[in-house]
Amino acid sequence: MLSGREPAPAAGGPGATASSLPERGGRAEPRSHKTPPMRVITPDASVWRRTLDIWLYRELVAGLVRKELKVKYKNSVLGFMWSMLNPAMYLGVYYFVFQIVLGSGIPLFAIYLLCGLLVWNMFQTAVSSATTAVVGNASIVKKVPFPREILALASVGAALVFLFLQGVVLVISLIAFHVAPAVTYLPLVALALVAIVVLAAALGVFLSAVNVYLRDVQHLIELVMVAWFWANPIVYPYQLIATRLSQHHLLWIYFLNPVTPVVLTFQRALYAKVSPISTVHGHTNVVHILPTYGPEWYLALLLGVIVVSATLFIGALAVFGRLEGNFAEEL
Amino acid sequence: MSQLSPVIEVDQVSKRFRLYREKYTSLKERAIHFGHTPYEEFWALRDIAMEVREGETVGLLGHNGSGKSTLLNCMADILKPTSGRIVVRGQLAAMLELGSGFHPELSGRDNIYLNASLLGMARREIDKRFDAIVAFAELEHFIDNQVKYYSSGMYTRLGFAVAVNMEPDILLVDEVLAVGDENFQRKCIDRVRLFQDEGRTIVFVSHSPDLVRQICKRVYVLHQGNLVAEGPPGEAIRAYREHLQAMGEDLSEETASDGLSGVSASTEPRPGDQDVADVVSLPGVEPAPTPAAVRITDVRIEHPGAGSRPYLLPNEPLTVRVGYEATEPVDDVVFGIAVHDVRGELVFGANTETLEMPLGVIDGTGQVAFCFERIPLLDGSYDLIIGVHRHADGPVYDWRENQDRFEVMNPARTVGLVALPLQIDVRRTSGDERAAG
Repeated sequence: MLSGREPAPAAGGPGATASSLPERGGRAEPRSHKTPPMRVITPDASVWRRTLDIWLYRELVAGLVRKELKVKYKNSVLGFMWSMLNPAMYLGVYYFVFQIVLGSGIPLFAIYLLCGLLVWNMFQTAVSSATTAVVGNASIVKKVPFPREILALASVGAALVFLFLQGVVLVISLIAFHVAPAVTYLPLVALALVAIVVLAAALGVFLSAVNVYLRDVQHLIELVMVAWFWANPIVYPYQLIATRLSQHHLLWIYFLNPVTPVVLTFQRALYAKVSPISTVHGHTNVVHILPTYGPEWYLALLLGVIVVSATLFIGALAVFGRLEGNFAEEL
Repeated sequence: MSQLSPVIEVDQVSKRFRLYREKYTSLKERAIHFGHTPYEEFWALRDIAMEVREGETVGLLGHNGSGKSTLLNCMADILKPTSGRIVVRGQLAAMLELGSGFHPELSGRDNIYLNASLLGMARREIDKRFDAIVAFAELEHFIDNQVKYYSSGMYTRLGFAVAVNMEPDILLVDEVLAVGDENFQRKCIDRVRLFQDEGRTIVFVSHSPDLVRQICKRVYVLHQGNLVAEGPPGEAIRAYREHLQAMGEDLSEETASDGLSGVSASTEPRPGDQDVADVVSLPGVEPAPTPAAVRITDVRIEHPGAGSRPYLLPNEPLTVRVGYEATEPVDDVVFGIAVHDVRGELVFGANTETLEMPLGVIDGTGQVAFCFERIPLLDGSYDLIIGVHRHADGPVYDWRENQDRFEVMNPARTVGLVALPLQIDVRRTSGDERAAG
């Protein structure tokens, strides 16, 4: 029932007889009325409504993550294999350099490194790609209404998917080097993932909004990440720092970094060697690598990180909401 | 109308833009200028109060920079008002730019899913509507190609197809209809009509009075961020024109350059009218891709008095001469003509078959003339559609629309659509001796 100008002569153009002319007056049945969603647009939107909006658009997060993955390896033959080749290369090089050439104090150093590095890489990628998410999608932000936090969240989601892909390499190497994970600590890995995702989301949402107004942020964050990397026990063992700091009762400073508990959890559960015996150039000695505490200690730390991150996330939503109003004009 | 509940309520909405003379987006620059970024304040909207009721089609009319697009952006929740609030009841879809958010590297299929979910559609719903979207965009064969290989027309069609198939309660349309070829514009307008018939609400932004008149039932006129008029299209357009004239703008220029004259009923004389004022001749449409046996070569509209004026008076005769070219002898050809008014209503339609005027076999070139003894119409601009096909329902050889039109001007003070022949007879039966004497 289109307009009388529907250009199909068979249906009623110039050739039609009066009886076959389409009737414009023929109204469709009134559409069924469920209570329509009501939306109030005001200068400020509450954090509660923002959260609700994000939930309503949760499928978009998945859609954007899928897009990111598809676009990244479009037209490449190996596709997703590339994301796995990166950690595999690390593994090979570090095994060769530290195990065979230099000889490291840490047994199976390559695996120790990988346990911390993968989760750190995920965090770093998530935060820095989320920072540019709003600016990079300016064309959408200016033309389509949707909760823009989603863009930052999708960056975090994509980084998480890559972590899982790279995790495959880690699992294969664990099997290859006969490393048995600590079963009692394995559930904590899931909790650690939650913690790092919420933390990355909080920072990502906050920085993506600030970056619209201050483009320095995206460069600044790259530098900050370099320094932040060394604040985590990824390349060096935790005990190396811990013993020195606790002499001055300053160990708490080390735990101001919310990523540390996450990295430690991954290492404790997967690398699973607290104080292994190392043999370097014929000398045998015990190396203290990981904290000696039980799972409760890790649990408490992780819960602490989650609470802090969730608070930061709510704060980030509030800031985002305040800054979002002028996105369309600032971009 | 008034008992219907408002679906969009705009309550004292103002929007301030800051026009920075120089933009400092880096830390260093901000530090140097110590937070004092020079800017001028500019109120794009000032205390706008309006409402749109369910099932209404409301136009926002205004010249460039009047704030109409800003208001639409506020309704769509893309811009946040500086003060005031807007209440929107129902699922809303904004068509501000077609295909925004398409990723060139992804296939049409992936982009449909991405774009539709950006517009707030759930994956299951997209699955259901996927085929309809593809069919509307006429991209069945290319849906798995990367969008970067699409022509701009295909791109636009896909964008429009996604937006209209969302089935929103409220549709916000910016001047997106200005893009695309004539067929596509026609399709867009048809779709908008369908939306109206289904009782959906439409807010339509335009600076083209003709298009607004064609589509909208009620119009708000914006001028420099203020609402200056509200009412039915005729009145609102008059107010709009007055404001434009007050601004010293050349109205005719704007109408000519709005890119929509193919759809709208342009009231301007066509180029070339001065020279051959009695004949409006245009080259025919380009031939259809399949070798058509019969082609319309040209259409000439003739009427008396055209030497002095480009319009008809009511009840003047009109002749439409359709030149054709047949590449092979064709039997059973039907020529048809339809007359539409600016609102798209069919005023008259007939063809050689319904008139029982068989043409016999045609070959080579020739002409079919539709001679109207008189055109009993009052004011208006009327579009012609000419078609050539086999039987009434047979395959179409050629088709021509949006190219030919005539205009009628009524010098008398009668109003309406049809020039009904009227005579007034007064009989005084008593009490008028004095008047007679």
